[in-house]
Order: sequence, then structure tokens, then C-alpha cells
Amino acid sequence: MDAISRKTHKKLVNLAKGVVSSIHDEIDPLVEIPIRSLSNVTFDEKRSIIELGDDKQQRQLFNVSQARKFMQTFLIAAACKDLLREGKTTSIRDLYYITKHTMGESRQNTFEDQTESDPIIEDLEVTVDALREELHLAAAKRGSMVGPLTVVDAGDTINLRRMGSGGWSIPSIVEEKIIKFKACEAKFILLVEKEAIWGRLNEDKFWKKHKCLLLSGNGMAPRGVRRLLYRLHNELKLPVYVLVDNDPWGFYIYSVVKQGSINLAYESQRMAVPKARFLGLSSFDREKYSLPDNVTIKLDDQDERRAKQMLAYPWFQRRAWQKEIRAMMRAGVKLELEALSAKGISFISEEYLPRKIADGAYLA
Amino acid sequence: MFDSLDSADASPGIVIHKRKDDKPKPKKKGNDSEKKAAAKPPARRAAKRKRTRATAETMAAKQREISVAEFFTKNRHLLGFDNPSKALLTTVKEAVDNSLDACEEAGILPTIRVEIIEVAEDRYRVAIQDNGPGIVKSQIPKIFGKLLYGSKFHRLKQSRGQQGIGISAAGMYGQLTTGKAVVITSRTSRRRPANQFEIVLNTQKNKPEVVEERELEWDMDHGTRVEIELQGTYRGGRRSVDEYLEQVVIANPHAELTYAPPKGREPMHFPRAADELPPEPMEIKPHPYGVELGVLIKMLKDSKQRWVSTALQADFSRVSPRVSEQICDVAKVRPKASPRTLQLQDVERLFRAIPKVKIMAPRTDCVVPIGEDLIRKGLEREIDAGFYASSTRPPSVYRGNAFRVEVGLAYGGALRRRKNFDEKGEVLAVKAEDKAQGPITLIRFANRVPLQYQQGACAIFKAVLESNWKGYGLAHPKGSLPLGPMVLIVHFASVWVPFTSESKEAVAHYPEIMKEIKLGVREVGRKLAAHLRRKERARMEARRRSIFELYIGELVHSLHDLTGSSADRLQRELGRMALKHTGGAALAEEAGITPGDKSVETEEAPAELTPEEQAEATKRAAASSKKRAAPKKKKKAPAKKAPAGKAAKKAAKKAAPKKKPAPRGRRK
Repeated sequence: MDAISRKTHKKLVNLAKGVVSSIHDEIDPLVEIPIRSLSNVTFDEKRSIIELGDDKQQRQLFNVSQARKFMQTFLIAAACKDLLREGKTTSIRDLYYITKHTMGESRQNTFEDQTESDPIIEDLEVTVDALREELHLAAAKRGSMVGPLTVVDAGDTINLRRMGSGGWSIPSIVEEKIIKFKACEAKFILLVEKEAIWGRLNEDKFWKKHKCLLLSGNGMAPRGVRRLLYRLHNELKLPVYVLVDNDPWGFYIYSVVKQGSINLAYESQRMAVPKARFLGLSSFDREKYSLPDNVTIKLDDQDERRAKQMLAYPWFQRRAWQKEIRAMMRAGVKLELEALSAKGISFISEEYLPRKIADGAYLA
Repeated sequence: MFDSLDSADASPGIVIHKRKDDKPKPKKKGNDSEKKAAAKPPARRAAKRKRTRATAETMAAKQREISVAEFFTKNRHLLGFDNPSKALLTTVKEAVDNSLDACEEAGILPTIRVEIIEVAEDRYRVAIQDNGPGIVKSQIPKIFGKLLYGSKFHRLKQSRGQQGIGISAAGMYGQLTTGKAVVITSRTSRRRPANQFEIVLNTQKNKPEVVEERELEWDMDHGTRVEIELQGTYRGGRRSVDEYLEQVVIANPHAELTYAPPKGREPMHFPRAADELPPEPMEIKPHPYGVELGVLIKMLKDSKQRWVSTALQADFSRVSPRVSEQICDVAKVRPKASPRTLQLQDVERLFRAIPKVKIMAPRTDCVVPIGEDLIRKGLEREIDAGFYASSTRPPSVYRGNAFRVEVGLAYGGALRRRKNFDEKGEVLAVKAEDKAQGPITLIRFANRVPLQYQQGACAIFKAVLESNWKGYGLAHPKGSLPLGPMVLIVHFASVWVPFTSESKEAVAHYPEIMKEIKLGVREVGRKLAAHLRRKERARMEARRRSIFELYIGELVHSLHDLTGSSADRLQRELGRMALKHTGGAALAEEAGITPGDKSVETEEAPAELTPEEQAEATKRAAASSKKRAAPKKKKKAPAKKAPAGKAAKKAAKKAAPKKKPAPRGRRK
């Protein structure tokens, strides 16, 4: 075991020891877990990231509604301990299968499905103050990257300039000991929401022409992509541009990259890129680029609700952002990135993006 | 529903009645024709034949005295002899009531033996024997061979029998249906011989005729045995002799009863459940509020006092000189008038004046209840139930008569009737009983006598029906008894029980009586509701516990895996905590679920403690003297499983910490 693993191992054992000694003292066992919800996150204006507050919830064994979760917390802890001891890393889905079994003579399982075990893992991370990677767990891998950069991935040197049409698939753990950066000629980083748009830009060799690292998170950027962005931004000092759909969900993807998420607020400081720039699609682009009306989609109720919520978030209080969101609500329509293709298949790579970047038409 | 039951009983009675009519031929025939003559005006009959009107003289020729015995021969249904199976029951009932009354009055703990022997088809010989004071030789023929002869009619005192008709009527019924004399054996003391009489009743003259009389050896020092042979039908089930005796046992826990039924049925034996006699009820004078005009006239006429005012004081209870004067004043009757020469209208004015004067309520200590404790014992002796409750209401008054209401109930459990006990009180036989579904069983008592007929007409039934059983946790369909596995008994005790008829089967609906019964029902109902709630809570806690136990099993593995602590010890300790969190061992036992699974209480558990754990345990014990070191206790627990479980439950209860669970520090 390396030093980090030993430390994490000790954290897990101590958590259990606390409970064991309280049982021996006939004191009701409980675990205190930092609350991961909007009520317990604060927006640090200065650092411009979302941070987890100090509020904790007690998880008691002798409380009918918490007993199951209490049991699950230690089941996961014990499984992680085993992973650490064996020096193996596995996916959270795998962990779900490892820990799932039928209890006693009942017909109940320790976990009924993965949606039950995932939050428990996150609880454990915040409780013992250990990162998922430190627990030897990996989220499902998602996301691709190409660009003028050479990386060493688990000892293999990979030239990201020669990745063909598929790109390099971003692993879920991108810590320094696994991924190391080598030669880099990139000037900036472009993160696009959609794999399809990423494919278009890759085929058009946009990254070659504009010397950028082209990433896609295929929807909400997963941890691996966010952590990699953070490292690229901070270690290689590259500005980050984000290209998402013009809808509340797209805005939110941008905001997570920028400030961090509510659920993983405790990881913001090692993932958030407060200087990330919102490149598009802006609510005003439809006019600016005279896109036809027929490419718009009406906002549904959920979109409206989401947009209203976002107006209230402290990290969307900047005037430009309020204008942006209000403009979308006023128009009552949303716009997908693909809508740009109405103006020609390579409109995005040959006109839209170059013009945007040249104009510096982004929001920060 | 209950009306129809009653009429169902009555209709076979009528059928049998007709068939029997032509058996004891000569007497009956004569009676029948007389009856017709009496029923229809003779004038009309004469008119039919002769077309001449009857004269006062012809009518006078037909007018003659009707003997009491003759009257009851025709109206035997009034006394409870309306059908053969009821006749058998009534005979047993009257004899047993008399025996119990006699024993109690003489201060003897009653030991009663009832035998029914099948002599021929539909013919039985009933023998009831008691250990009472016996009957003086000269009185025997009158008591058993003369209707309306007895000690109880002329006084106001709580007793089972009231009129002195019962047992002689039973003898008469036997005589009418079988022609056999009543055989009475009685002995008053060891120093005197036992006397045996064979008596028939002259129904014309209402006079006993002694057929035979002899002295004999008897193994009883004192007591009375009555044997009556009668035409009847023996059956079990509802409203049978068997059921009656079972109910007698509940209301008379101080009585020992042996019963040998016919037809090879299982004998019954109930030893005493209480070794103390109920206190002797006091005899009292009537209270003015309850008196009727006719009685008042008679009482004044018979008074030995010189003045009306003193007569009222002397012959009634609660009449002070002041009250007496007030009555006379309101009635405008001279207080110093002679009570014997008072005019009818004066007496009537007095009668009207009584309710207008405020008179102190009658004495209530003349009513002797069974008592909450003994009702419970009586129920426990006979019914094997899960929960018992009883309540004795304070005395109350209806129409100048003091009365008390008592209610008891047995709920749930096996709810079986115990039928036979051996000498040591061990149960020998039980009767599977009382469906869990369907209406409850209601047993009514008046002065400790079970009431078996005319339930629908009885105030007790009505009050039970009108009570809010839903509030006490039972289903209660409209217009029916509540549903559930329950036996409910209601005892009405009074110096004068207001029966709706002479056959003493239903208590009249006085509002005061209804109210008291409802209050009594409410008292036991609340106890039942509390019990049911506790039961429900026990069930709920058991469910919660099973959730905890399920997760504890998993948790213990994980904790052991993470820290290496003994899984068994953690399991044991958590099991105890889970029990504590779910209402404790007592509640768990109530739910009928043994708390903890097997692994919580393993015999070799103490041995599995590792040395470090033991050291740890002793360290903790030393650190806090209040805290009990659990592992040490465990060692003393015997190896047997069941007692070990009990001991652990106790230990868990005792060891329950008084501390609040302090939040445990977590490093951040």
C-alpha cells in the first residue's frame, strides 16, 4: 500500500472503531455525514466556487428510516478497505455488485439497485474526507479528447495528435500518478457538450487549425473530464472555453465546470475552473448569426422551472448572465448546437467558432 | 336478531306443549274445559244453546276459588317451564339458587353437586345436593310442597330467590309430568339424624302431602338433597344446564361445584377460586321513593305505630322526623292521624307527596357486589384468555332501590372454557370455545344468577349494545353485539331486581340502571382499549426490531471486517440495544415474539471473547462503576437456552444506560 492508501485505510478503520467503541459503551451508534444539498453549500464569491458547508446529518442505526443506510455505509466502507488492501481499483457499478447480497433469511438485498449504492459512496467520501480515487473507486468512464498534446497514461505515452476519429477516451481517474502531461502546443481548451459536435470539429481538424485541446464530456462532464480540465487549466495555464446547448441544462453544465456542483461541492476546489468561459450557444446568437426560426425548440415546463431556479443561484447573479437567462425565457425557445448546421455542415467550425473566439464574444 | 332467537325458542315450546297435554289425561282435560269456561263469558255460551241470558245466580254457581297451584299449572311458562329443555334447566337453576342462598346465609362455603340421570327417554332424575344448614324437619313439606312459601318474599334483602315459588314449582312440574313425588333429604347437624321425605303437592289446595317420611344414615353432617323426576329434554350448547352451571361458576368464585351430566357426557368439577364468603347482605326497609300505592296502603294498615308520622319513620328507611312531617305537610294529612284509619284519598295524597319531598338516598351497603378481584378470579378460573378486566361500579339507586353494576371481560388468547379440574386445581378438560370471529359472548347475571333467556329484552343487553365498542378497539356493527374474541359479563346486584317477568330472565330498562351498566362497560372497555393499544404497540415494536436485527446482522460483519472486533460480542450488544429501543423485553414478550435471533444468545458466546476484549471490558467496568460489564454477566447465565434468554432480557433491561447518546466526534 502506498502512503495515500494507508491513510485512507486508516480513515475507514477509525470510522468503524468509533462505532464499535460506542456499541461497547452501550451508546447508540451513529455516523455524522456532511449534508450534500443546496442548503449546505455556499458560494465563495472570492474564489468563485461552490463549497460544502459545515452542516452534518446524523445517521443512526436505531432509527428505522436510517438503519438500512447505516448498514450500507459500513458495507461500502468494508468493501473499500478490501480494495485498498488488495491494491485494486474498480468501478462504482462493480462495487455495487460486490456488496450486493441477500440478507439473512429475508428477501431483502443489501442494495436493491445501483442508485442506492452510489449516494452511499458519496456519503462515505465526505464522511471520511477521502476522494473517490483514494477509495480506489472509479466512476463510469466517459468523454473524449484530441489535440496537440502528448500524455503518459499509466506508463504508455500517447500522442493526442494521432487519435483518428475516435479520440483518446478520458479515464475516470486522471491523477498525476496515472496521467502525466508532456509536449503541448495548445493555446486553449474547448469543451463541447455533445459528442456529435466533438466529432464534427475533430473531422474538420478544428483543433489543428486553432491549436486547441478538444474535449467532450458527452453531456454533463464527468469527474474525470472535470479533473482533467482543472489540471490542464492550472498546470498548462490554458484558458478553457465551453460550448453547450442554449438551454438551462447547457447553462448548468457550464456552471458545474466553472463553480462545481452542489452534490460534489466538496470536490469543487480540485475540479472547478472559475475562469472557464462560456462561448455559446448564447441566447442572442440566433439573431447574430441569423439562424432560421424553424430550428428552435419550445421550452417545456421543466426548462422554465430550471431557468427560474438558476436565476436565483448566487453564481448566476452577474448581470450578463441574468440577461442571458432572461433572454432565453423571453424567447421561450431553446437551441441545440446542431442547429448551427442549418447554415451548413461546417458552419460551426469554419465560421461560428472562429468568429466567436476572434471577437472574444464569451461570458465569464 | 335476538327477538327472532327468542321466538325460535318459544315456538317448539308450543308444539311440545300440545303433545304433552293429552298425557296426564284426566286432570288436564278438566283444566282445559274450565279454562275455556273462564276465558269466554258464560253468558254467551248459554245464549248459544238456550237463547236465554245467564242470571247472576247461574253465574254464581260457576264462580269458585282458583288455587295458586292450579293457576300456575296453567301458566307454567311464567315460571320457566314452558318447554321440556327449559323445564330441566329451570329445575336445576331453582335448586342451585336455593342451595347457594342457604349456604351463604348460614355462613358456609357452598359445595354443590348436581346430578342428572336419564331414567327413560325424555325423562330425567335431577338431584341437587348442598352442604348448607339443612332444613328443620317440620318445614320440609311446606318449603317443597307449597307454592309461595318461603323466607325471601317478605323482606328486602339481596338474594338469588325472591318469591319462594321456584323449587316447589319445579317439584310440581315433575309431579305433573311423571307422577313421581319429590324426594328431599336434609340434615341440620351431626347430632340429629337425616330426614327423608317424599312429598306430592295438592294442586287444588296448594298444600303438601307427605307420601313417605323416614330417618336415615347420611354421610353429610348437614345439608340438603333434592331429587325431582321430570319430563324434560337434555341438550348441550346455548341455554343448557351445562352452560348455566358454567356461568354460575363465574359469578360464584367461592362455590365448589360438581356436575354429573347424563348421556355419558364429561363430568365437570370446579374447585373454589376464593375461600371467603361474600359479606352477608343486610336486610333493609323499603325506601319511600320505590313504594307503590297498594303497598303503601297495606303498610299503613299493618303499621304498629299510632301516628302516620311515626309510621312513616318506622316502616321506611331514610325517613327522619323532619322528612315525615314534610310528607304529611305536603299531603295535607294530619301527622298525628292514626295510620290504620286513614282514608284512601289521604293515603293517595301521601303517595303523591313522597316524590315532592327530598329524601336521602337509600342505604347502599345492603348491596353486596362480587367484587372486581373475584370477578376476575371467576373469569380466570373458567376462561383461558389473554387479558382480563373487571370493574365494580359504586352503588346507585333506581326507584328507591339500591343497586350495583359490575362488568368483567376476558379477551383474546385461547379463550377456551375450562371444564374440569382435579383436586389440585389442575385442568383436566377444556372445551374448545368461542370463535375468534363473530359477536362476543355476553353473560348476564342478576344477584349472581345467570340470565339465559330473553337477552333481547334485557337492559344489560341494550346497554352493551349502545356502548361505543369501536372506541375500545372492537368492530361493532350497528344493532349487534361487538365482534371479537371476548366474553363479557355484567352483574346486576340489588335488593330488588326489576325483572320484566316472573321467570326472571331480563332486567327492566330503568334509565338509572342503563346508565350504570354503560359506565361499567366503559370502565372495562377502556382497560381493554389500553390493552389492545399496548398489544398493537408490541406488534409494531416487534416489526421495528426485526428491521434492526436484519441490518445488525450485516453491520456486525462489516464492523468485524474493518476493526477485527468480535462479531458475536457486537451482535449480542446490538441485539440488546435493539430490544431496548423497541420497548424492552416485557413488551417483546407481549407480542409473543422472542426477541433476537439465535445468534444473539449463544451458549458459548462468553468463551468467544478475545483476551483483549475481556481486558477492554474490565477496563470499562473500572472506569465507570455504574456501567455493568456485559460479558461478566453472561458467564453466569446457565447453559440452557430458554433461561439464558430470560436472563439476558433482564440484563438488557437493567443495563439500559441512563446516558443520552452523545454525538461521537468525527475527524474532519
